[in-house]
Amino acid sequence: MNAAEIFQLIWVAFLETLYMTIPASLIAYVLGLPLGVLLVITRKDGIKPVPTFNTVLGAVVNLLRSIPFVILLAMLFPVTRIVMGTAIGTKSVIFPLVISAFPYVARMVESSLIDVDRGIIEAAQSMGSTTWQIVYKVLLPEAMPSLINGAAICVTTILAYTAMASTAGGGGLGSLAIIKGLNLRKYDIMYVASIVLVILVQLITVSGTKLTRRLDHRIR
Amino acid sequence: MSIETGAPAQIEVVGLRKVFPLSGGGEFAALDDISLKINKGEIYGIIGMSGAGKSTLIRCMNRLETPTDGKILIDGQDVLTMNQKQLNMMRRKMSMIFQQFNLQMQKTVGRNVRYPLEIAGVPKHKANQRVKELLKIVGLEAKEDAYPAQLSGGQKQRVAIARALASNPEVLLCDEATSALDPMTTQSILALLQDINKRLGITVVIITHEMAVIRQVCTRVAILDGGKIAEEGTVDEVFVHTRSAAGKRLFGIIADQENSSDEKLTIPALRIVFDDENAQKPIIATLIRELGVDVNILAADVKRIGEKSYGQMLIAMPEDLESRKKTMDYLKEQGLTVKEVYPQ
Ligand SMILES: Nc1ncnc2c1ncn2[C@@H]1O[C@H](COP(=O)(O)OP(=O)(O)OP(=O)(O)O)[C@@H](O)[C@H]1O
Ligand SMILES: [Mg+2]
Repeated sequence: MNAAEIFQLIWVAFLETLYMTIPASLIAYVLGLPLGVLLVITRKDGIKPVPTFNTVLGAVVNLLRSIPFVILLAMLFPVTRIVMGTAIGTKSVIFPLVISAFPYVARMVESSLIDVDRGIIEAAQSMGSTTWQIVYKVLLPEAMPSLINGAAICVTTILAYTAMASTAGGGGLGSLAIIKGLNLRKYDIMYVASIVLVILVQLITVSGTKLTRRLDHRIR
Repeated sequence: MSIETGAPAQIEVVGLRKVFPLSGGGEFAALDDISLKINKGEIYGIIGMSGAGKSTLIRCMNRLETPTDGKILIDGQDVLTMNQKQLNMMRRKMSMIFQQFNLQMQKTVGRNVRYPLEIAGVPKHKANQRVKELLKIVGLEAKEDAYPAQLSGGQKQRVAIARALASNPEVLLCDEATSALDPMTTQSILALLQDINKRLGITVVIITHEMAVIRQVCTRVAILDGGKIAEEGTVDEVFVHTRSAAGKRLFGIIADQENSSDEKLTIPALRIVFDDENAQKPIIATLIRELGVDVNILAADVKRIGEKSYGQMLIAMPEDLESRKKTMDYLKEQGLTVKEVYPQ
């Protein structure tokens, strides 16, 4: 296999990886962000305390989070078939990725929001803010740098999960490394695919950190 | 500012109680049967030692803290029966500033000040114009685009004040607003509060543990001690005729000596309290020159802060009864408050 062919394989797998990671991350945030907000505001000492609801929600999130991705992937097979039309292939993996990632995202968002200074929230309350106004005009903007940092971590986690897509017949860099590289003993492909994955993770992590620092106006 | 007598008080607290559950079971009364009345347009001080319940009291006023018992009337309306919506409307008429400023760190000064206008639905161009006006009031026009982290403590508190004024409040609650600031900055913030009170007629409630703050700007004061009001009245009254032990403790050394053991009933000393007018008269010099008595000054504490000056002096009394009486009479003639005390 020549370099051009390897490059072609890697390029396709790279696109497949993005094709799984990007939509899965976006949808995981669409679900996880509001959930994280709920986890914070309904706490006993939150701005809209509903302790029982909070406990139940927290338990459900923890339960989902504790199931390893590979097992979830298998368990979800029938549901995935209904939701995605098929349980096999790159596209179908997006669904289990989302299910596995959104509780993780919710916890990540929760931990960012919890760090917002209580005094700032109280000041907002003392000015007559509604709960919604506090969430989107105080909590989220104040936590933004930390939320971005958390997002970078979540995306890299989802990216790592995509490597297991081969279990469900999905593509991507991970599958390429395992199926073509490991199983068919094409070690050059395995190494190149792995290196590209590593670079991708590094890129996301570094730009996340950079962006976080740029957005944070607390320092200086 | 005029003090209306017929109209409802700006803030009236009646029989307020606040009990916190203790973690080990049982409860703790942070406030116990507090009643006070704050008139429109005055600057009312609440002073007390740490843990006295000052913050709890002021936080009950805008219901950041829910009272256990009692009544809080704002302009005649009961805060405790309000639903969330009414409460939010009331809070927009009653702003608060804090010791730690509590500004949003990720927003510029301008956007911090604009926040109350945003949540009240003021159109953007109008809001922006108002932000400029407000920043001018607090003298920070140039800092509109700066972030709070780039400001000094005093500047941050000015931003907080501008933000508090944005909603055109009737009341400004200040919880230790100057406690994180150095003396110079404290002076300028107090002057600003006084100016706001005079120019805009806003009722100001100031919480502090520093007597100087009260003396400088307040019209009336309540001394809070262990969750109860130890003493209440005009600042002059409370300072010159301090009755409570808590008050004496807050006023410092001379009061302490006065409190100490009354076993040593040797010769009484005299505690003289000066107020504004006679703080400048050469009373002691006159005493020595005209009455021919020897005066031994044991302690003196004369403060001239802002528009008023107060002083206390402790002098040793002459041994013989006659010159003692002469001295007393002379001092009383001068309109001074004099009291015999027994120092160690
Ligand atoms: N949420 C709470 N739970 C339990 N106890 C509380 C709570 N808030 C306040 N207290 C207690 O109530 C008492 C009064 O507190 P408060 O904060 O009102 O005092 P303070 O006069 O403002 O003191 P400082 O000058 O230190 O600010 C303290 O003993 C404090 O421990
Ligand atoms: Mg306090």
